Amino acid sequence: MSLLAVRDLSARYGDFQALFGVSLEAAEGELVAVIGANGAGKSTLLRALAGAIPSSRGAVELGGRSVSGLPAETLVGLGMVLVPEGRKIFPSLTVEENLQVGAYRGRPGPWTLERVHALFPVLRERRAEPGTNLSGGEQQMLAIGRGLMANPRLLLVDEISLGLAPLVIRRLYEVLDAIRAEGTTLVVVEQDVSQVLAVAQRVYCLRKGAVSLEGVPAQLGRAQIAAAYFGT
Amino acid sequence: MAWLDTVVQGVLLGGLYALFATGLSLIFGVMRLVNLAHGDFSILAAFLAVVAVGASGLNPLLSLVVVAPLMAVLGYGLQWLVLDRLLGRGVLPAVLVTFGFSVIIQNGLLETFSADSRRLNPGGIETASLPLGGGLAVGWFPLLTFVVAVALLGGLQLLIGRTAIGRAFRATSDDGGTAALMGIDTRRVHGLAMALSLAIVAVAGIFLGIRTTFTFSSGPDRLLFAFEAVIIGGLGSLWGTLVGGVILGVAQTVGAKLSPGWGVLAGHLVFLAVLLLRPAGLFAPSRRVDT
Repeated sequence: MSLLAVRDLSARYGDFQALFGVSLEAAEGELVAVIGANGAGKSTLLRALAGAIPSSRGAVELGGRSVSGLPAETLVGLGMVLVPEGRKIFPSLTVEENLQVGAYRGRPGPWTLERVHALFPVLRERRAEPGTNLSGGEQQMLAIGRGLMANPRLLLVDEISLGLAPLVIRRLYEVLDAIRAEGTTLVVVEQDVSQVLAVAQRVYCLRKGAVSLEGVPAQLGRAQIAAAYFGT
Repeated sequence: MAWLDTVVQGVLLGGLYALFATGLSLIFGVMRLVNLAHGDFSILAAFLAVVAVGASGLNPLLSLVVVAPLMAVLGYGLQWLVLDRLLGRGVLPAVLVTFGFSVIIQNGLLETFSADSRRLNPGGIETASLPLGGGLAVGWFPLLTFVVAVALLGGLQLLIGRTAIGRAFRATSDDGGTAALMGIDTRRVHGLAMALSLAIVAVAGIFLGIRTTFTFSSGPDRLLFAFEAVIIGGLGSLWGTLVGGVILGVAQTVGAKLSPGWGVLAGHLVFLAVLLLRPAGLFAPSRRVDT
């Protein structure tokens, strides 16, 4: 059964409606890609799921339990954790303290400081430095590590490739695949389609705030995806 | 020797100012909230101590055990019910509302306790002194005030630097929205910060009430000195706040030594000089720009 089930979700930023009845599912242990052009509503979808903005309509279930309308901090306790766009590392905290803040709720699970360090050795080497001293790619590793420290059942990842070099992006996607292999379910939002489709089990394409295509990446043709993405 | 004595008195007085300033600095740091009623809360705590002492015969220093938790609960409640609604709307709404608190507290105290000046009597310690030789002596009570101030600042530094709730304070201060995404209940963090702030200012108020007389309207002066100590030391630095308090205390006692009317004025002049020469304060941590 689905770990995450979203039905007919709508959300708005002020007067601007950004999502129009989006439905989406993620099965336990899947990496689900949400792709779409700039302004398609991908980040709004993740932020609404994570409780950072209210949804105006629709239902969200996590592991069969309704979580609609719960605030972000409660959702973290239930295992729904967002790695936000732009990384949002806390500048007054060291690398290690940023990771520790991720574990604030004390949710039990497999992820510990040691295991995150093993995944990203650079975070151990530079543990005592301010988090924002790291390079962009390292900060993205820190943001993912911080999210893992919460021991999520479902990790929502927003635009991790933004502004990063291709080599770094490839490494980050290898890590996301490894995290999925450990049993954590992921929903990954991405503009850069090729990287994410290589590791995703299921893909949703958003256009103008609605789902324009869904399916298994291997079964979808490039032309089909391009049409859903650009609306040609 | 007389001058050395003056400076020592000033340093010890600075401990008291640091106590007033710390709570103010803490809540500004965590939630960018300027509490104009901070001084009045300290006087409220001193009057609560008057009541506690009157009802139980407790030593006013021991009355802290009752008064500080009461003030903490009051702080949490006010933050939860009123102040939290004002956050994220700029500085002005909070300034107006806490100014309102100030008026309410002063008039409430005037109604309840009249305009008579009061003093807390701890039974002798306020006049006892410790001879240091060479004609120099420090009062036990100013010394105790200073030691308590340093201990509280040290404890607060540990709390903020080493504990999970301290990390939550700093994360919330950096970016409340992202802190919530990490599972931090920022409303609770705000409440705890205000509770801590008012508990610390309760200590300051009771020490003030033992040191000197106070009336219902003594709060705003305390607020002014607290602001000056925070700004001299630099916002965001706890030990800077202590140094700021000490500089202000020394300036006031040295000024008063020169001429009895110059004490407060000398403090203000030093404050203005720091504002001119180092507007960020002497120990402001260099803020990194988040990219």
